[in-house]
Amino acid sequence: MSKEKKKVTEIPIGPYHPLQEEPEFFRLQVEGEKVVGLEIELGYNHRGIEKLSESKSFDQILFLVERICGICSTSHPFAYVNAVEDLAGFKIPEKAKYIRTIVGEMERIHSHLLWLGLAGHFLGYNTVWMWSWKYREPLLEICEKVFGNRQHYAMMKIGGVRRDIDISKGNLIKKGMEDLLPKLDMLQKAVEDDPVIRARLKIAGTLPKKEAREYCVVGPTARASGINIDIRKDDPYAAYDLVNWDVSLRKEGDVYAKTMVRLEEMRQSAKIIKQCVDKLSGLKGDIDIDIKEIPEGEGIGRHEAPRGEVFHYVKSHGGSVPYRHKVKAPSYANVLSDEFAVIGGTIPDAALTLAAVDPCYCCTERMQATDEKGRKYSPKELIKLSQEKTEEIRKKQAK
Amino acid sequence: MEMIFFDYIIFPGILFTLAAAMAVSWIDRKVTALLQWRVGPPVLQPFYDFWKLFKKETVIPKGGSVMVFLLSPAVSFSALILVSVILLKTTLTSMAYIGDIFVVIYLLLIPSIAVIMSGAASSNPLASLGASREMKMVLSYELPFILAVCVVLIKTGGITDLAGIVAYQNVHGAFIGSLSGFLAFAVTVVCFQSKMAQVPFDIPEAEQEIMGGAMIEYSGPPLALFVAARWILMALLPLLITMLYLGGIHSALGILKYVGVVVLVILIKNTNPRLRINQTLRFFWGIVTGVAAVSIILAFLGL
Repeated sequence: MSKEKKKVTEIPIGPYHPLQEEPEFFRLQVEGEKVVGLEIELGYNHRGIEKLSESKSFDQILFLVERICGICSTSHPFAYVNAVEDLAGFKIPEKAKYIRTIVGEMERIHSHLLWLGLAGHFLGYNTVWMWSWKYREPLLEICEKVFGNRQHYAMMKIGGVRRDIDISKGNLIKKGMEDLLPKLDMLQKAVEDDPVIRARLKIAGTLPKKEAREYCVVGPTARASGINIDIRKDDPYAAYDLVNWDVSLRKEGDVYAKTMVRLEEMRQSAKIIKQCVDKLSGLKGDIDIDIKEIPEGEGIGRHEAPRGEVFHYVKSHGGSVPYRHKVKAPSYANVLSDEFAVIGGTIPDAALTLAAVDPCYCCTERMQATDEKGRKYSPKELIKLSQEKTEEIRKKQAK
Repeated sequence: MEMIFFDYIIFPGILFTLAAAMAVSWIDRKVTALLQWRVGPPVLQPFYDFWKLFKKETVIPKGGSVMVFLLSPAVSFSALILVSVILLKTTLTSMAYIGDIFVVIYLLLIPSIAVIMSGAASSNPLASLGASREMKMVLSYELPFILAVCVVLIKTGGITDLAGIVAYQNVHGAFIGSLSGFLAFAVTVVCFQSKMAQVPFDIPEAEQEIMGGAMIEYSGPPLALFVAARWILMALLPLLITMLYLGGIHSALGILKYVGVVVLVILIKNTNPRLRINQTLRFFWGIVTGVAAVSIILAFLGL
């Protein structure tokens, strides 16, 4: 240990910490109040989803991937159905396209409102927290009335959607959007006008465009740093190319910009939903197509989740289960960019920056088992190890 | 002799102060809840919290200094009880103890020192961060606070006992009515907001950053004492403000003024995010000290 190393204090943020809703470990190295280093440890929430999905049929996987994330519960099914439809070359009915878009955008709004509330909480501004969640509540009620559940709607289906949205339900959604807009204006004004909030958010956790590109960040985190990427525009799917909307973009890359990008995105989502509901009311026809089997092949599906791009890869060798299913969640790219954004700031800024990418750890978790020498175990070795361990336990219990 | 024990333990000492502080704490939680569209706790909730903590186990961290760790909440608590006795006794009996305002200023510093002591004794990096933040906070708000009190002393023409200050205001009108008195009042409210460690100045115990700071290792009765000290501070500082600038709490109107100051504190707390420590230092040494100095000059000019 050199002398220099001794001076650095280590502040543990996690695995259990009021800053986080989920277990994750950040080692914050500080000198006084200044942050000089950050180590990120992932893997506390690993659930083996990819392995599980290899043993389930294509229809069952929908319900499995829906449970990858609690907040953006429709983004994984969305990306998954895109992947399977890409694999099989299915064309879905136009009505299903609009309904899918409505579900995806409703989710974006309530997820961003949730983030805004949490950001207020991390600033010590609990009033914003409670107000923003109060505004989120009517949306969840609409979700329950229209999709059947507040979360985990199970609306997606390979080849279409499960439930139709008729005119009365469409009007309910439209009214919800109209009620929401003035509240969004109020929240935006509160952030823009309050000098104390600005003093806290500006310059905090800045991620410049160059670094943002190098860390491959996605979603609002990238758009706040001036990178114009949005899967909905770049590679349109569902009804995103049939409606009129804009990508919200800021250049600064700090927490203030991230807040503004999300506020603007909510407004755009409301715009998209209104157009979709209007177009949906004039459409007739089925909401899904009949599917007999999934052919051999491979496909990718992408969806712009509230936190960024969700990527699913599905490979099928025929039969009812996929041969390989790979999931990439947006937080995995975004969380690592904290490494750059946090260093050089202070502890309060670090706490805010860690939360500002809207991390969703349970989506993110990856696992890599190594032995003491750093050699990686292969999946087969891991299964063997696990079987040996089970055998040991069984023997112990037999005694 | 018995009278002193009665004063210190029952009225207006420990028992009465605790009860009053719990009431103020309940007002705080209820008003906060209403502002945030929640229902809020029942009236006895602070008492339940206090009692629950008293029944819990005390865990002493390894490697910490046991004596300092256990004593600092008690020191903080007893210093505040003393302040409470002085404030309420002077209000009730109008007895003049020359210079008791200085005693109160010193005693009010002890809770901050207790936080620093406990943070240092906890052997926890987050607690020591909290202690260092508390130290910076004391350095930043103490000077403008004392300057603001000087305004009162100048205006009274050198009366240094609280009963005298209140009596002077009852004859000549409350100090808040004059320009310098109003500025001093504003400075004191801001300083007390940070003395009470309330948002936007709850930096030493920022829950989301350093998980309660110096309090992180505390549990059971010591934590109960710490929490009670917080509540008492929340009850006493508005009382001191009322006595210094608003003419005391002798009448029903006076009590209304007191509740008004409490609600003002709660409103400030609920409409601001937490500041960074460097922003706070700049704020206190810049604007707040400046305003305090201006109010002193105005007081000399008789405004």
